[in-house]
Amino acid sequence: MPDFDLVIVGAGIVGCACALEAARAGLRVVIVERGVVGGGTTAAGMGHVVVMDDSPAQLALTAYSRSLWRTMAPELPGGVEYESRGTLWIAADDEEMAEVFSKQTTYAQAGIASQVLDPRELAEAEPYLRSGLAGALLVPDDGVLYPPVAAEYFLCEARRLGVVFLSDHEVVRCGKGRIQFANGTSIESERILLASGASIDLLPSLPIQKRKGHLLITDRYPGVVSHQLVELGYLKSAHKLTADSVAFNIQPRLTGQLLIGSSRQYGDESREINHAILRSMLERAIEYMPCLKGLSGIRVWTGHRAATADKLPLIGPTADPTLFLAMGFEGLGITNAPGAAVLAIDALLGRASIIDAAPYLPSRIQQEAVHA
Amino acid sequence: MKPADVLVIGAGPAGLAAATAASRNGCRVAMLDDNPAAGGQIWRADITRPHDEDPARAAAIADFHTSGAALLPGRRIVDVPSPSTLLAEAGGHFETYRWDRLILATGARERFLPFPGWTLPGVFGAGGLQALVKGGYPVAGKRIVVAGTGPLLLAVAAHLREYGASIVTVVEQASTLQMLPFAASLLRSPGKLLQGAGYRRTLGATPYQTGCWPISGQGDETLRSVTLTNGRRTWTVECDLLACGFHLVPNTELAQLLGCTLQGSFVQVDSQQQTSVAGIYCAGEPTGIAGVDAAQVQGEIAGLAAADCSPPPTRLLARRAKEAAFGRRLTHAFRLRPEVLKLASQETIVCRCEDVTFSQLQTRSNWTDAKLHTRCGMGPCQGRICGSATEALFGWQLTSVRAPLFPIPVSAFCDESSSLNAPSAR
Ligand SMILES: Cc1cc2nc3c(=O)[nH]c(=O)nc-3n(C[C@H](O)[C@H](O)[C@H](O)COP(=O)(O)OP(=O)(O)OC[C@H]3O[C@@H](n4cnc5c(N)ncnc54)[C@H](O)[C@@H]3O)c2cc1C
Ligand SMILES: Cc1cc2nc3c(=O)[nH]c(=O)nc-3n(C[C@H](O)[C@H](O)[C@H](O)COP(=O)(O)OP(=O)(O)OC[C@H]3O[C@@H](n4cnc5c(N)ncnc54)[C@H](O)[C@@H]3O)c2cc1C
Repeated sequence: MPDFDLVIVGAGIVGCACALEAARAGLRVVIVERGVVGGGTTAAGMGHVVVMDDSPAQLALTAYSRSLWRTMAPELPGGVEYESRGTLWIAADDEEMAEVFSKQTTYAQAGIASQVLDPRELAEAEPYLRSGLAGALLVPDDGVLYPPVAAEYFLCEARRLGVVFLSDHEVVRCGKGRIQFANGTSIESERILLASGASIDLLPSLPIQKRKGHLLITDRYPGVVSHQLVELGYLKSAHKLTADSVAFNIQPRLTGQLLIGSSRQYGDESREINHAILRSMLERAIEYMPCLKGLSGIRVWTGHRAATADKLPLIGPTADPTLFLAMGFEGLGITNAPGAAVLAIDALLGRASIIDAAPYLPSRIQQEAVHA
Repeated sequence: MKPADVLVIGAGPAGLAAATAASRNGCRVAMLDDNPAAGGQIWRADITRPHDEDPARAAAIADFHTSGAALLPGRRIVDVPSPSTLLAEAGGHFETYRWDRLILATGARERFLPFPGWTLPGVFGAGGLQALVKGGYPVAGKRIVVAGTGPLLLAVAAHLREYGASIVTVVEQASTLQMLPFAASLLRSPGKLLQGAGYRRTLGATPYQTGCWPISGQGDETLRSVTLTNGRRTWTVECDLLACGFHLVPNTELAQLLGCTLQGSFVQVDSQQQTSVAGIYCAGEPTGIAGVDAAQVQGEIAGLAAADCSPPPTRLLARRAKEAAFGRRLTHAFRLRPEVLKLASQETIVCRCEDVTFSQLQTRSNWTDAKLHTRCGMGPCQGRICGSATEALFGWQLTSVRAPLFPIPVSAFCDESSSLNAPSAR
């Protein structure tokens, strides 16, 4: 008999959340990682826990996941830096203001609290935003956290329940109840859960594309930004499937540091900074918040999102009955990790899920694409 | 054919020699440095004694000027916006520089090792305090303990005495036995250590204790005393300031950002001082800690190579080999004893920017792991200080360097209006 019921490949925030969920379900789990816990895209993300209404399925998963984060919040260690400041979706003009109202309606129908701010209320909420903005939608229960420590928290809890963790173990082959490491050794297991983020080397046919993003972090400026700020135009940017795009997005950290984003680019798998993109991203940010100009930027980095064509993740079984997926989270993997973990383990155990799992099934894309 | 534009970063002994050689051989040369004057660390200009000119410095600077190379001081390279441009900050505005050949002569910095009390006001880097004094910081009448390791300690002590400080003691962690081979080479060329000023005479009166090291600093608001040990006995001395440094570590960040390969902690160069990136050369401390003479000869070779005068004269190659051997003796003589890597207590801060303690780091497996999970090295200094400490303490290899090299205003990433193409400054 194999030593484990489940091998999880990848200790990003998704793999770690899955490990904890599986351990809670009583499975004997080993989670393997080629680097360090949370060192992949999880280390690059902004940590915005946000409800998004791009599609009904996206709304369902983000709302469910956010509710799980909110339930966990009191137990999260300080290092996770979880804070519920509320998102401000900023409307620049009347057209975007119309979107604010329709967004509010959608959220209300889904039971998500939100509140429309007029220009004066917006200026009071965020005095450093430029004047002349049309208003905003405040979503008070959205949050922000520090992703690598959140991933490690899930992992620690999982290990307390007996999960085995192998870092510095690169998997070179997986499927048919077996994973093989670069050093030649292998592990057999009835089930394998692939949570390798944006890297699809193990299953090159997966319909996942890398979508590069840039971020800048500033020195400490407590009080400059109070909410998680996103321009409504972000929706347009995030949805574009081809062209490079930038959008104004700021997440304040507990320390007063500001994370300034964000950019989206296909077809650039390097980690190098693209200064042209960086420039337009920061110019966009300065357009919304002129005082950013003078703030001291201490570091810039990039990360790769795992993008699918319909912007929904791949969670559930594949044609190989031993192989399951929890990948393809694009820009929402931090938000969706807890919900995705429940869905993934439900699928593994053949349990019914609290939300409809069908929209995320890998089989929706293209049958042959997910053959191992 | 248009003469090659050579850009030199760093105006210490290595940069000066490189710029001079390249300019003499037909290149258009501009040399940038973040200080207001040329000279680097050892020949840092002393604003309090403008006429106390060190002859070696004076000669190097005179040669540089007669060569026709241009000095662009007060400019700090902060980023590499494209493979062939550098972004420099100059008193709040930003300039872009292009080059045909680039010579990196960015020098070294001190290594700090954490011990209880090392973050108290009143504790300085040894070379750092020396630089402050040259900038006008008064030390007259102050009781100063100089501690750590390396030849710099004596130079600093002598210098501080010149400025009226009372040196309580100089404690060197290396044992006399360990330093013997180095002492022998110093006897052969005593000038090596004390170049930079005529403080040889003051040195005799300074207490120098080898095989001793600091274990803690005490004080409430500021430093009051330092506890020292020789491994068998522990004693406490009262003082106003502690000047403490554990030898030097190379400034390789710019080279790394440019994609140059490192060999261990140092920039890898070939026999012509060329790095792994064609057209980029490196000279001086980033390629190995070996003192001013090594820096000068390497600089000259790099400058000649950048001007396509190859191969380098054998006389230079021989001198470089001799100085490299001196550098190896230096490294060996002042290698860290295991005890100084165990001074931090659980609560001792290791990363000052992010307030990360020793105990938080102890459980991490490597630098990336530590950065991600404790935010060690993620503050404004980008790990420049704690990185060399954790490398010594835990053996962690520092990984990627991230732009910008120094914090810059967000607008600097956007601003193209102030761009200028140098080195046409001449
Ligand atoms: C710039 C940027 C900003 C973002 N902002 C947000 C945000 O505000 N909110 C939000 O919710 N999301 C955000 N995201 C998205 C989020 O970061 C990701 O969706 C999430 O981190 C994905 O987690 P993961 O566990 O799937 O992947 P990863 O964190 O990449 O984890 C996968 C792990 O698998 C390991 N692995 C891969 N291959 C192998 C192998 N062969 N063998 C062993 N191990 C392997 C990797 O080393 C890695 O650690 C952002 C992303 C970017 C790039
Ligand atoms: C604090 C300190 C004090 C020292 N004092 C002495 C002493 O008294 N006696 C002695 O023998 N040796 C001393 N040394 C050792 C000294 O470094 C070497 O002996 C020798 O000067 C090295 O020459 P160099 O040209 O390689 O580097 P340096 O002399 O260090 O010159 C490098 C120059 O490059 C500049 N630079 C670095 N990065 C950038 C950037 N990004 N942009 C712009 N400019 C940049 C630096 O500011 C510096 O001026 C000292 C070292 C340090 C760190």
